[in-house]
Amino acid sequence: MGKASTSSTTKDALVLFDSLRSAYSATPTTLKIIDLYVGFAVFTALIQVVYMALVGSFPFNSFLSGVLSCTGTAVLAVCLRIQVNKENKDFKDLPPERAFADFVLCNLVLHLVIMNFLG
Amino acid sequence: MATRNLGGFLVLILAIAICEAASVFQPISDSHRSAGSELFTANDGSFGSLEEAYEALRSFEILGIDKKSDIRTATCQSVVDKLGSSSSAPKDLFYALKVNSILKCKVNDKIFEGIAARLKAIANTASSLLDFYHSIGSLVLIKDQSSEVDVLLADAGGIFHSIKSLSQSDGRWRFSSDNPESSTYAAGLALEALSGVVSLASSEIDQSKIGTLKSDILKLFDSVEKYDDGAMYFDEKVVDLRERQSPLSTTASVVRGLTAFAAVTSGNIKVPGDKILGLAKFFLGIGIPGNAKDFFNQVDSLASLESNKVAIPLILSLPATVLSLTKKDRLQVKVNTVLGSSAPPLTVKLVRALSSGSKVASTIESQELKFDRESESHFLDVPKSVDVGNYIFVFEVVLHDSEDEKVYATGGSTQVQIFVTGVIKIENAEIVVLDSDVGSIETQKKLDLAGENSLALSANHLQKLRLSFQLTTPFGNAFKPHQVFLKLRHETKVEHIFVVGKSGKKFEIILDFLGLVEKFYYLSGSYDIQLTVGDAVMENSFFRAIGYIDLDLPEAPEKASRPPTPAIDPYSKYGPKAEISHIFRVPEKRPSQELSLIFLGLVFLPLIGFLVGLLRLGVNLKNFPTSALPATFGILFHVGIAAVLLLYVLFWLKLDLFTTLKWVGLLGVFLLFVGHRILSHQASTSAKLKSA
Repeated sequence: MGKASTSSTTKDALVLFDSLRSAYSATPTTLKIIDLYVGFAVFTALIQVVYMALVGSFPFNSFLSGVLSCTGTAVLAVCLRIQVNKENKDFKDLPPERAFADFVLCNLVLHLVIMNFLG
Repeated sequence: MATRNLGGFLVLILAIAICEAASVFQPISDSHRSAGSELFTANDGSFGSLEEAYEALRSFEILGIDKKSDIRTATCQSVVDKLGSSSSAPKDLFYALKVNSILKCKVNDKIFEGIAARLKAIANTASSLLDFYHSIGSLVLIKDQSSEVDVLLADAGGIFHSIKSLSQSDGRWRFSSDNPESSTYAAGLALEALSGVVSLASSEIDQSKIGTLKSDILKLFDSVEKYDDGAMYFDEKVVDLRERQSPLSTTASVVRGLTAFAAVTSGNIKVPGDKILGLAKFFLGIGIPGNAKDFFNQVDSLASLESNKVAIPLILSLPATVLSLTKKDRLQVKVNTVLGSSAPPLTVKLVRALSSGSKVASTIESQELKFDRESESHFLDVPKSVDVGNYIFVFEVVLHDSEDEKVYATGGSTQVQIFVTGVIKIENAEIVVLDSDVGSIETQKKLDLAGENSLALSANHLQKLRLSFQLTTPFGNAFKPHQVFLKLRHETKVEHIFVVGKSGKKFEIILDFLGLVEKFYYLSGSYDIQLTVGDAVMENSFFRAIGYIDLDLPEAPEKASRPPTPAIDPYSKYGPKAEISHIFRVPEKRPSQELSLIFLGLVFLPLIGFLVGLLRLGVNLKNFPTSALPATFGILFHVGIAAVLLLYVLFWLKLDLFTTLKWVGLLGVFLLFVGHRILSHQASTSAKLKSA
């Protein structure tokens, strides 16, 4: 019973993952790129947090700027994704080029601040 | 201990006081000899140039230092080289011959003949004073060194005239006819050159020319400058920085020229004797110069003055200017020539002795000093009328032989500052505590200020303290020292100093404690009493504790000022300060380098993952515009972003915020423009696709 239920849970999970993957494969490539970018930024931030946990937060401003640079750019990328996604009716009239220009501008401003804070 | 300190201080004052009156000129002595042999040092037996070698050899010769053999070999070699070379300049020949005149190196007469012919040609055609000086000087030296060679000048009158034509109306000379500036230094050179012409002349020079030259010398001596102590010197009037001669070398040049000229002409030059003496004092007054050139100028000029034909200066000097009455010191005066040889028979008279207090009245009558043949000094017991104090003695030198007066310059009277010291008697010293209102004596103690005292007094604020004593000189006169201080010192190291005034014959001070309570900060208790009596001429100056007084003062009222915090030891003010140790923040603990590098690598992992992911997604650049203009804008857009990011990196590394913002502004405008162009192009293409 127990064994059967465990195997069925695993099976359910696999089914769930499969369905998720097949649903996601339908996502446009543009959005996949953005997702990949967000993942990259988040992982970089995570590595920095792990490093801080091991070593201590001595140059605290450097740590903060590193992590915030990653999370900040991730958040901006998420915003870009929301605006570019065609299924979002709110931004239907907004051309993706305009959204990309916003993304670039915001990133530049964010990194100016980050560089100032880096020490 | 304290007494010794004060004694040292008084000796210092005395020394300073003597230095101020330093108008005593001492002739050249052994200290000059040792300084001379140290100043002129040859590197491995030879000097830098023959000029330096001559200066060293000449100084050694004058001072009687035997060092010739050390430098003979190397120096003679360069002398022979210089004389043998046909391209040597007159100046080099001149100094080579000068060195040879002292060392007497082996030089062939043939060589002399060749040089003499060349030098004569130069002397006949020369136009600058230095050429005349060197060529004629060299010819004179050849004449002295070799009797075989013919050095006589055929056209002596013509050369004399051409040198004379460079002279100025004020007795000074120009270096050449095209140089309008006249110089005193040049006058000395010219006189030396002219005296050479006179001695080399084959026929006699016109006496009228020599007469005008003598009056030129007198004019030159009108421009001599004078110090307060009687020293005289020549200085260049025109300050030409390139060839500026110091007063010492200028004066030395004139002295050399004058003595050389006086040696070759008959009849005397009427330069006043006191000017010659003033020049001698100038050379002696500079002490021992620190550099070889000055040393040579000093010693050589003094040697010229020592045997000159104008007037030989005699220097009056005192071995000691501090005379002690207790030790029965005698006044000792020496009269020597500048180099320290003995003077002709003469008498020294003490004409006047002016006390420093009264500048006019003489305290003694004129007295003659007794000559002691053995020590070559003139002695006099200190006259009875000269008490302790500070005096100016005026001496006069009288030569016995009236013929000597034409040869020597004694300079009339000489003033010397003399300190006469002695033991001062302290008498009738007593200390009394008085009742303030009645004036009746409460306690009275005799003091022996010559020995130790340990008084124990007590007084209250209604009483007075009176200290009195008398000071008399060995001759019984009242004496007033520079410093008489009474010091009261409380246990808490608060000090009060009072000046003890002179009333009548007595020194007396009355301390009325009622008026002083405030000054004493109402501090009751034991006060040490210290008395200071000091003067430069008082041999038994003292600073002595004479006991203590127990003061009973009223309680301090509320508003009374607090006693000052005890001063820090005044000597510590000048001593080394406590070392300042800087404490820096302890550096934070840093992680090991390996760990940091590993994490640096890890940070790149997501980036690689990102790129790999991009590849797997099959990203392409197909949407990148293909036509030329939009493609340019596209490239420019990416370049612009890269430029902004690069600027940020620079900002992190070295730029400041303002420079960065300025550049960001410029790049931003550019980026906005190209970004707008490329993105609107993209938008329009995608819109076309949609509509199509």
